[in-house]
Amino acid sequence: MVTYLYNEIFCSKRMNKIQKFTGRFMEALVKACGYMTALTVILIVLFLFSEGISFFSMRPTEDNTALWVNKSNTVQQLSATQVKDVFDRKITNWQEVGGANMPIQLFTIDELAETFTEDQLGKSFEHVPRCINAFIDSVPGTLAFFGDKQTEAGLPAARRMEMAKISFIGFVSGTEWFPTSQPVASMGIMPLLLGTLLVAFFSIVFALPLGLAAAVYMAEIADDRIRRVLKPMIELLAGIPSVVYGFFGLVVIVPFVQEQFNLPVGETALAGSIVLGIMALPTIITVSEDALRTTPRYMKEASLALGASHWQTIKNVMIPYAGSGITAAAILGIGRAIGETMAVLMVTGNSAIIPHSLLQPVRTIPATIAAELGEAPFGGLHFKALFALGCILFVITLVINLFVELVLKKRDKQQ
Amino acid sequence: MKNIQIYLIGLSLLAASCGGGNTGNETKTPAMSISIKGSDTVLPLSQKEAEDFMNGIPGAAITVVGGGSGTGITALMDGTTDICMSSRDLKAGERLKFTEKQMDIKEITIGYDALTVIVHPSNKVEQLTREQLEGVFTGAITNWKELGGDDMPIVAYSRESSSGTYEFFKEHVMDKKNYASSVLNMPATGAIVQSIGQTKGAIGYIGLAYATSSVKSLKVSYDQGKSFVAPSIAGAKDKTYPIARPLYYFYDGKKESSVKGFVDYVMSPEGQKIVADIGYVPVQ
Repeated sequence: MVTYLYNEIFCSKRMNKIQKFTGRFMEALVKACGYMTALTVILIVLFLFSEGISFFSMRPTEDNTALWVNKSNTVQQLSATQVKDVFDRKITNWQEVGGANMPIQLFTIDELAETFTEDQLGKSFEHVPRCINAFIDSVPGTLAFFGDKQTEAGLPAARRMEMAKISFIGFVSGTEWFPTSQPVASMGIMPLLLGTLLVAFFSIVFALPLGLAAAVYMAEIADDRIRRVLKPMIELLAGIPSVVYGFFGLVVIVPFVQEQFNLPVGETALAGSIVLGIMALPTIITVSEDALRTTPRYMKEASLALGASHWQTIKNVMIPYAGSGITAAAILGIGRAIGETMAVLMVTGNSAIIPHSLLQPVRTIPATIAAELGEAPFGGLHFKALFALGCILFVITLVINLFVELVLKKRDKQQ
Repeated sequence: MKNIQIYLIGLSLLAASCGGGNTGNETKTPAMSISIKGSDTVLPLSQKEAEDFMNGIPGAAITVVGGGSGTGITALMDGTTDICMSSRDLKAGERLKFTEKQMDIKEITIGYDALTVIVHPSNKVEQLTREQLEGVFTGAITNWKELGGDDMPIVAYSRESSSGTYEFFKEHVMDKKNYASSVLNMPATGAIVQSIGQTKGAIGYIGLAYATSSVKSLKVSYDQGKSFVAPSIAGAKDKTYPIARPLYYFYDGKKESSVKGFVDYVMSPEGQKIVADIGYVPVQ
């Protein structure tokens, strides 16, 4: 009875039709998923770049604010760094920025309240523009900073000092990162860029020899039993959340680095490189082990037949054969290291200084984005600067991935 | 045959779960719903207050979200939150924007937080003036021997720029000057305590509630070294300790009726007891 029913249902023509229909339906569904994924990627990239590129048409001052100087002042323009130094009182004379020899007098809303009485300012602050104007007029060395609201009535004695728009070159070559400094943000990403590349590069320098050795051991030397234990353990390494690596790094590696090198501070590029190296290990081991395994059997056998030892075969036949695969593993590892955020944020100290050695704190691009996006006002200058950073990070990883494609293509040709 | 069985079981399960879902999902609209957003410093406090408040009043729904003081203030401007929690006062520009939007912002101090300057326990330095702290964090002073300590480089730790504490310290201790680029920025207060505990030349600032025995708190002076005060809850309360900052709730005065119940609860003796429990200084 059961057999009869089974045949009736599954072998009838109608069933065939249904099967065909389900087949087509599933194909369409899979296709739709594929397109949707591609579309999502494109949308993300478009969003990233539309936000990031609009950054370069902005001025480094806050919206609706401006700097004002006395009309007689000969200084036409100040750079963002100069303004920052003036407000930090590191520059105190106009001579230092190419002007006449007179002291710089800062004048902001705080000084306004200290200089003038409430009566002078008016009940609803209606006399504020007049007071500002009077002050700038009487003190020729004034550098005033006010919102447009307070100056919209016009300041006849003053000249508005426009800040230069942010340029791509200035953004990349600038050496100071003070995105929230008032009144002018200085945004130079050179320290961040160098920090990111330094940490990523040295993480691979540490991880590649270790990873390659482990891959050789797993592919050739280890017997089955050991491999069955080792392989899942290494894969597990890829599954540990990065914040756990970060915490491990902060509590174990940072003090270790500090003691070994007798440093004043352990949060350094070196600590970051070590943590990232550990994190890149699974990628490197898995990819290079796969590459080593693709060595054709006949090549190995030919080498052994010629009298080469096992080690000589590995060294002279297998590793050269898998060379491009191993290169791909290293580049993929770098890609992972460049984009890593949380672990680096916790162990590198995050000082935005241009690194001169591995034993200094560094600040990386992903760490900067993660740490600062929370407070950056939506759509503002700082917000867009972080998106521009994201674009640069994207371009770096894109170049790296293209490079991997190129290397792997070369390998396919070799075979 | 097996396939059909599996399908059938699956179908019946699906039907059952749908049925169950329908009967169980009779949501009531809450009698009172408030959203609170802003400072991460105030966040744990608001969460505890909201929990206890909701326990007392069934049907009340309070959502508490962090993100930083600036985020909360922007949200209040855009009308996407009812109460903004903040660990700093409104900036002049922000006040101006609120006036332009014709919002009558009410400001309530719900408690105080004393900022403590900490160093490694082995450090000989016991006290610093405000000017010395400014020098350390702007990079003008780089060695402990300039401050009467051993000859070792100073390693200054700060919070990230997203933190209200970062802004408060810059404004009230560093005379609004920028931090030196070489200052180390840590993502969390806990990380600062951890790092200073294991770094001999370290100095940093944290909320009083975070101080542990693995670090040493310094006395500070705001009168050029005439008198030094050690950080304490009592000192923050009677304002003898200079680096204490108020923790605020901001809300739109026009919507006062909807948030009043909760704000009153926070200011009540019961609510203020929670302030003390969390490790901040109550207002009364």
